[in-house]
Amino acid sequence: MIKVSNYILPVFVCVVILFGIYKKVDVFSTFIDGAKKGFDVFLSILPSLTALFLAVEMLKTSGGINILTFVLSPIAKLLNIPEEVLPLCILSPVSGGGSLSVYETILSEYGPDSYIGRVSSVMMGSTETTFYAIAVYYGAVGVKKIRHTAICSLCADFTSFILAGITVRLFFD
Amino acid sequence: MMNYIWTFLIVFSLISAIYYGNMGELSSGIINSGNTAVNLCISLLGTFCLWNGIMNVAEKSGLSKAFAKFLSPVLCRIFKGIKHDDEALLPISLNISSNLLGLSNAATPLGIEAMKRLAESNNNKTAPDNNMVLFVVMNTAALRLIPTTVAALRAKHQSENPLEIILPSIITSVTALTIGILTAKIFERIFKYD
Repeated sequence: MIKVSNYILPVFVCVVILFGIYKKVDVFSTFIDGAKKGFDVFLSILPSLTALFLAVEMLKTSGGINILTFVLSPIAKLLNIPEEVLPLCILSPVSGGGSLSVYETILSEYGPDSYIGRVSSVMMGSTETTFYAIAVYYGAVGVKKIRHTAICSLCADFTSFILAGITVRLFFD
Repeated sequence: MMNYIWTFLIVFSLISAIYYGNMGELSSGIINSGNTAVNLCISLLGTFCLWNGIMNVAEKSGLSKAFAKFLSPVLCRIFKGIKHDDEALLPISLNISSNLLGLSNAATPLGIEAMKRLAESNNNKTAPDNNMVLFVVMNTAALRLIPTTVAALRAKHQSENPLEIILPSIITSVTALTIGILTAKIFERIFKYD
C-alpha cells in the first residue's frame, strides 16, 4: 500500500508535463512563469505567519497550552487521541500558521516516523483552517450570517481528529 | 474574529506565564517567534515555487478544465439547482482540484471566485444559501490527494518516507468531507434560510 502511494506524485508530475507537451504548451518557460508566483505566496503569508507565531509562541512558552490541554485531555482520552497532538487539535481550526508551527515542534520532538508524528501528519493533511476559510469566503461576498457553517465544519474537523489515530494504527501497526 | 482570538491568546498567555512563573521563557518566546516564522517560510519557498509551476502548466494545457468537466456530474449532484453549464461550476471544480493537489494558496482565490458566482443566484444577501454554506464547509474540510506541505515538512525532518501518510490522509479527509456534507444537508433544515 505504501509503495503505491509513492507513485502518486511522480506520475502526477509526469502526466501534467506530458499533457502540456501534447497540447503544444511551452512547458519549461510556463513552469518557470508559474514558479515565480511562489514568491508572492511567500511574501503574502510571511506577515500573517509572524503575527500568528507571536501568539502561538506565547501560548506555548507561557505554558498556556498546558492549561488548555489539561482541560481537554479527558475528552481526548475518551476518543483515543494521543495527548501530545492535542495542541494541534486545539489550534488547527483557528490558525493555519499556528498549527503548522505546533506540527513542526511535534516533528522535531517525536520524529516524523513515530506514531505521534504520523498521527499529527495525517491530521495536518486532512484539515483546513476552519475559521480562516469562513472569514475569507464570507468576507469576499459580504455575507454576515453564517447559519450552520461553523457547526458542520467543526463536525468535519472532529471526524479528522478521531480518524487520524485510527487510520495510522490500521496502516502502520 | 481573529482580533478576539489573537488578543485572547496573548492575554491568556500572559496570565498562564504568571501562573507557571514562565516570564523569562515567554520573553524569549516572543523574540524567537519572528525567526521561527521566517525560517518556516524559507523552508517552504521551494515547495510553493514548484507547485505554482506545475499548476501553471496544468492550467495552460487545459488539464485543469478537463478535470472540471470530469468532476461536474458529481458536483451537480451535491450542489442543488446548479446546471451542467453553470458559471460557478468551473471555479468550484478548480478550487476542489487545487485542494486535491494540496495547493491551498491556489484554492483560495478560485474559491472566492466560486463564492461570488454562487452569491449571484442568492436572493438574500445577508445570509448564505445552502450551496454557499456547503461550499465553505467543503473548503474547511479540504480533500487532498497529496498533502504537499506535510510531505515537505516531513522530508525536512528526515522522515524515511515523507509520503507514507498519503493513504491514511485520503481516507481521513474523504470521511471528514462526507461528514461535513452530510451534516450540512441535515442542519440546513434546522438553520432555515430566510
